[in-house]
Amino acid sequence: MQVVKEEVIDKLKILAESAKYDVSCSSSGTTRRSTPGGIGNTAGWGICHSFTEDGRCVSLLKIMLTNHCIYDCAYCINRRSNDLPRATFSVSELVELTIEFYRRNYIEGLFLSSGVVRNPDYTMERLVAVVRDLRNVHRFNGYIHLKTIPGASEHLVQQAGMYADRMSVNIEISKEENLKMLAPEKDHASVFKPMQFIQQGVLQSREERNKYKYAPRFVPAGQSTQMIVGATNETDKEILFTSASLYGRPSMKRVYYSGYIPVNSYDNRLPALKQPPLVRENRLYQADWLMRFYEFGVDEIVDDKYPMLDQEVDPKLAWALRHPEKFPVDINKADYHDILRVPGIGVKSAKLIVVSRRYARLKTTDLKKMGIVLKKAQYFITCNELSAAGVNETSPEYVRRLLTQPKVNSKNPHPAQTALIFPD
Amino acid sequence: MQVFRYDKSFDGLLTAVFDAFNRKVFPEILIAEGDIEPLFATDIFDVVTDAEKSKRVWTGLKKKLMSVSRNMLGYVWLSEEEGSDMVIFRYIKKVFESQHSIEMNFADDDVLALRNIAKRVNTEKHRMVEFVRFQKAADNLYFAAIAPDTNCLPLITSHFKERFADQQWIIYDKGRNYGFHYDLKNITEVTFDNDLLFSEGRLDEQLMAEDEKLFQKMWKAYFKSLTIKERINPKLQRQHLPQRYWKYLTEMQS
Repeated sequence: MQVVKEEVIDKLKILAESAKYDVSCSSSGTTRRSTPGGIGNTAGWGICHSFTEDGRCVSLLKIMLTNHCIYDCAYCINRRSNDLPRATFSVSELVELTIEFYRRNYIEGLFLSSGVVRNPDYTMERLVAVVRDLRNVHRFNGYIHLKTIPGASEHLVQQAGMYADRMSVNIEISKEENLKMLAPEKDHASVFKPMQFIQQGVLQSREERNKYKYAPRFVPAGQSTQMIVGATNETDKEILFTSASLYGRPSMKRVYYSGYIPVNSYDNRLPALKQPPLVRENRLYQADWLMRFYEFGVDEIVDDKYPMLDQEVDPKLAWALRHPEKFPVDINKADYHDILRVPGIGVKSAKLIVVSRRYARLKTTDLKKMGIVLKKAQYFITCNELSAAGVNETSPEYVRRLLTQPKVNSKNPHPAQTALIFPD
Repeated sequence: MQVFRYDKSFDGLLTAVFDAFNRKVFPEILIAEGDIEPLFATDIFDVVTDAEKSKRVWTGLKKKLMSVSRNMLGYVWLSEEEGSDMVIFRYIKKVFESQHSIEMNFADDDVLALRNIAKRVNTEKHRMVEFVRFQKAADNLYFAAIAPDTNCLPLITSHFKERFADQQWIIYDKGRNYGFHYDLKNITEVTFDNDLLFSEGRLDEQLMAEDEKLFQKMWKAYFKSLTIKERINPKLQRQHLPQRYWKYLTEMQS
């Protein structure tokens, strides 16, 4: 029976608005096969279904169960003291919406979070009810990402983990004193406790599945978290060291960084920003990638001398410019791990180089044909031919200047010259 | 200049390979039946497609190539790019002539070309998995129209069969005018003579299920609310979601 009616559209709008500031959207990390009588499956690699005007992907139905909240966190749009339209979905409305969207191939599954109503456990119970309904009643095999409510008790996290593919608790602010300043009702314990519960569940289920093949899975895609960047005075070093220690935990799959968007500009505990710090956010993601895929240690990326990431160049290039003694790298001889450290060469390119050089010595023309971009790499490699002026023949400062020069506008190569403008 | 003429089928192409090795004459140009003959053609050989011959070539390839590489040959065929059949031909020739595997030698032009074309097809395949938008018809059939650059439709049907095993669907390539229908058991090829029922890829309103309009409206409203205005970046959006696909995306239709 259809429960979703025309008026649900307003709720949908309100609760999407409230949920959109959570950056996580991935639908990867686990597979679920389709079952007879069930709906859907999960692919294992993430599938994005659309991209909004801000260029972010839409993979899951990212939505809140309710945006009522008893907390008053300064960085959050849904804080108690904000005067904004509030709404609450019923369990059946949300379930039907998810399934109908899923059947039309709009989404990969559900990303459900909620404002805190009454108390953390009450809210968590409601969330569990939705995912339980989806999995048990409708036999939904799509992806489910469930936000854990900070302060929720262990047995509820345990229950939720049986249905969700991924769970997350957001740290939001990496220094506890800053978190307490902005969100007086929260502390780090309320965040790290549920994280611990999830981790325990994952490890326990892994152990059981080693013994019994059909033991139930628990949060098979692991957990993720999010930190807000630029709302408080943390340095990149502090943020990245927090991430590094989180990645050291067995179940932590992703840390997301969210450039602070001044949603509550009236609150003077928060900085007045004209624009969200998007470049800084991007550099943090690049640094995160270096840690996860490029075998960099966090202390190589940031340290006491360089507590902030270079905004002008990416962190890999910044590292290379600080360590010219590691270069040039010989493309035809060097170890895979060393090629991986060349600025501008990614994981795929490095692998391509290593397999191709078994057949013939590679020249720069070969690299170019393979689609490897040499703009940055040319200063840090030697090939089967005479090398151009590398970072050691010149100087790191010189290379930096070359790479950060503003691009010449091809339409107007002489900006000093007045152009005649004919508006359309 | 050696020219081979064949019927533009994959079997025909493999037969051409067989004949070339048999005659020890290799073409520089492949043309289709009915194509204009090149000016400097010294010898035009007509390939007669032969299932037996093509099977023998394929069996030979099975011995020499990893399954990934064989799949790549199929992908390149579906690319329908100009000259891609010649890339396949030269690649197979190199495979048979070489003692060692050439599959990873990306410094070789044909190996690299094969990989790059296959990659383009694969990219579009994934895009179609993402961008198919079903509209529910009154008889509970889910209908979607697409118009990809490459002929990647056959590559995505297994995904949708697995995922939507309990719903009937049709995915229709508007550009090539054919589609696949899944009837809860099998997938069969279908062709519609007139597209009046779904002009512009949209299902006629009279054919729509009762709730279809509502859910389309919901999806559009949801999609619109999700944008963060402070971060608007249309260039990034178009990079991931090229404008040529917008026509058949529910959320992009006004």
